[in-house]
Amino acid sequence: MTANDPSPNHLQLTRDGQLRHFLTLDGLGQPLLTDILDTADSFIEVGERSIKKVPLLRGRTVVNLFFESSTRTRSTFELAAKRLSADVLNLDISTSATSKGESLSDTLLNLEAMASDMFVVRHSQSGAPHFIAESVTPGVAIINAGDGRHAHPTQAMLDMLTIRQHKGRFEGLKVAIVGDVLHSRVARSQIRALNVLGAEEVRVIAPGTLLPRDVEDLGCTVEYDMARGMKDLDVVIMLRLQKERMEGALLPSEREFYRLYGLNQEKLGLAKPDCIVMHPGPINRGVEIESAVADGPQSVILNQVTNGIAIRMAVMSMAMGGQMAERQQRQQEGRA
Amino acid sequence: MTASANWNEGGLKLTGGQLFEPGKGLISNPGLLVRNGRIEAVGEQAQAAESAATLDAAGQVIAPGFIDLCCNLREPGNGQKGNIASETRAAAHGGFTTVCASPETSPVNDSGAVTNLILDSVASRGVVRVLPIGAITRGLDGDMLSDMAGLKAAGCVAVGNGSRGVRNARILRRCMAYAQTFGLTVMFSPENTALAADGYAHDGQVTTRLGLLGIPEVAETAAVMEMLLLAEETGVRLHLSQLSCARSVEMLAQARDRGVKVTADVAMHQLAFTESALAGFDSRFHVRPPLRGEADRQALVAGVRDGVIDAIVSQHQPHDSAAKQAPLPATEPGLSSIESVLSLGLELVQNHELELPDLLRALTAGPAAVLGREVALTAGAAADLCLFDPDGHWQPSAATLLSAGRHAPVLERALPGEVKLTLVAGRTAWQAPGTPL
Repeated sequence: MTANDPSPNHLQLTRDGQLRHFLTLDGLGQPLLTDILDTADSFIEVGERSIKKVPLLRGRTVVNLFFESSTRTRSTFELAAKRLSADVLNLDISTSATSKGESLSDTLLNLEAMASDMFVVRHSQSGAPHFIAESVTPGVAIINAGDGRHAHPTQAMLDMLTIRQHKGRFEGLKVAIVGDVLHSRVARSQIRALNVLGAEEVRVIAPGTLLPRDVEDLGCTVEYDMARGMKDLDVVIMLRLQKERMEGALLPSEREFYRLYGLNQEKLGLAKPDCIVMHPGPINRGVEIESAVADGPQSVILNQVTNGIAIRMAVMSMAMGGQMAERQQRQQEGRA
Repeated sequence: MTASANWNEGGLKLTGGQLFEPGKGLISNPGLLVRNGRIEAVGEQAQAAESAATLDAAGQVIAPGFIDLCCNLREPGNGQKGNIASETRAAAHGGFTTVCASPETSPVNDSGAVTNLILDSVASRGVVRVLPIGAITRGLDGDMLSDMAGLKAAGCVAVGNGSRGVRNARILRRCMAYAQTFGLTVMFSPENTALAADGYAHDGQVTTRLGLLGIPEVAETAAVMEMLLLAEETGVRLHLSQLSCARSVEMLAQARDRGVKVTADVAMHQLAFTESALAGFDSRFHVRPPLRGEADRQALVAGVRDGVIDAIVSQHQPHDSAAKQAPLPATEPGLSSIESVLSLGLELVQNHELELPDLLRALTAGPAAVLGREVALTAGAAADLCLFDPDGHWQPSAATLLSAGRHAPVLERALPGEVKLTLVAGRTAWQAPGTPL
């Protein structure tokens, strides 16, 4: 039997524990996650300046490789890279090379040959960034911008930053994640981050058809009834519901889902009075969240977007730092 | 290496070591003489006979050649993954002298013509015996009956579905009834395609954490139950291939107690690994049926130990590197496994999970009985045998593997059990470097 290390730390950390790829939060400890949040905090100020640039990635080439389309995530990665003074190349691969039959490996090797320093990868298949970091271009820093149902670590970290800004801490917090957990890479990364950072309780609230098997093993409790689940909450995170879910017999109708699991003023009233409302976007008004709540005083949805740039700047600069340190080390070892 | 050495004229005498005699277990080797494609004599007669060569097998085990009920040779049609020459050499390296060839080729082996093509190629380039399995439906599409009588006449020993499903229970029932007409065994890997859907990994802890698409256990167990009931009704001889769930073993045992004519096998990797092998997105362990939980693994090992599961198979699926070089969900299932079966089994013996005779029975007499045959190391029996050193070690690597597929289950460490010599009808099909012959 193999007892494979369940965390890919051998891949994403340098020998002295610095980030060199950012693939998943699995295996990363509280000090590193806090470091990412603190670094992001320091970048928030950059976004408020009239000249919003720092030279940390000057002369570096960042390629945004989006094998699956996304407006918000790609824009914030692009802005983050530009604010770090990197040269940025945006490739929408779903409509280019792979449609001509070129394999994923070949596309990436070509881009590496153009002296790219970092790939920001969004892919519909779980494990794609892991595969690239392990087998294709280990010398290029890989940032996971969302892979299949597996992980969306920068989204989870920007959510953590938002929670810390509003609550000041994680200890003692009760957080619920509501909706389609089964298909959600965001939820998997959030549950991990909240556990590592010390939240008191993470609840998932959803019908049985939208929960993965043995979801409790990820570090959460399960609640089918939203009214019970909202009790004593400090944070409620709503997930986006894809319309296709009706077709696979996972849900009967949007109407029934909204009635049972949609967030409205009445349900929000069951949580703590200062409970904040989050959503990774893009929101479906009237499907998982009522407009009055999405635009209301407890909503921090737009803060999440602002924080997204700072978190991505933090992760990109840290991973580039680790990757560069390792390159130097390899060169020194090569000379010696 | 003298891959073509032929001991049929001068004779080869094997002395010393242990003999695995399926009826008796492991016994001290009384001396064994191979000549004219057969075991000519055993015991005193063999000791006294003149022979061109003698091999001292001290410290080694002589067993009937292993029989694999599930092997993909990739010929015809998938030459980039392997061919009859490369994969039968790999089989011999693993101690196998007979392999059943999966019907999943291109074209599918659904007619006597394709069977003849395979057997012609085996006659010119194969180094072990190959018994083709015919497709149970035309093109393995699951819709129309294949020419089963023609397949049998051409030499197919059974009909099966490869790794594909059948459209519905009505078609399956008719397949069984038709196969029964000709006394053909139906070899089926049970999977309910609707329940398996787009999955590619065991629906459990690892898929939940990594966000992989799961195949629930019930995709297998519901199919096992359906097939057992249909076999009972049609009276066909059913062989369940590549079981992966504890519940399947339980249902199999119950059906046998009820008198259903059913046998079963399990792939060696199901006995050696669990879902945790996928934890690092290791696409080598993308196999179908998927590797399941530790409780399932233990139940499968117990099934072999108790004889409820008749045979261990390789489920050898060689691939070109491109088929495995992609994000896990985009890779093709299967391991290049036939060369590691004995070694992984010996690790189970070392871990006290299996006794050596149980392992060897499941590689020899067990699968032979599924095919309605017998194996023995007695005078007059075919000289199909393998000689291995249970304490010797080898390390699978691109340099040592003979299969065209390099995705063996273990690559990074040494494995116990070195096959020293494999004879097929008295001819050397594999001889380890340094074997003094």
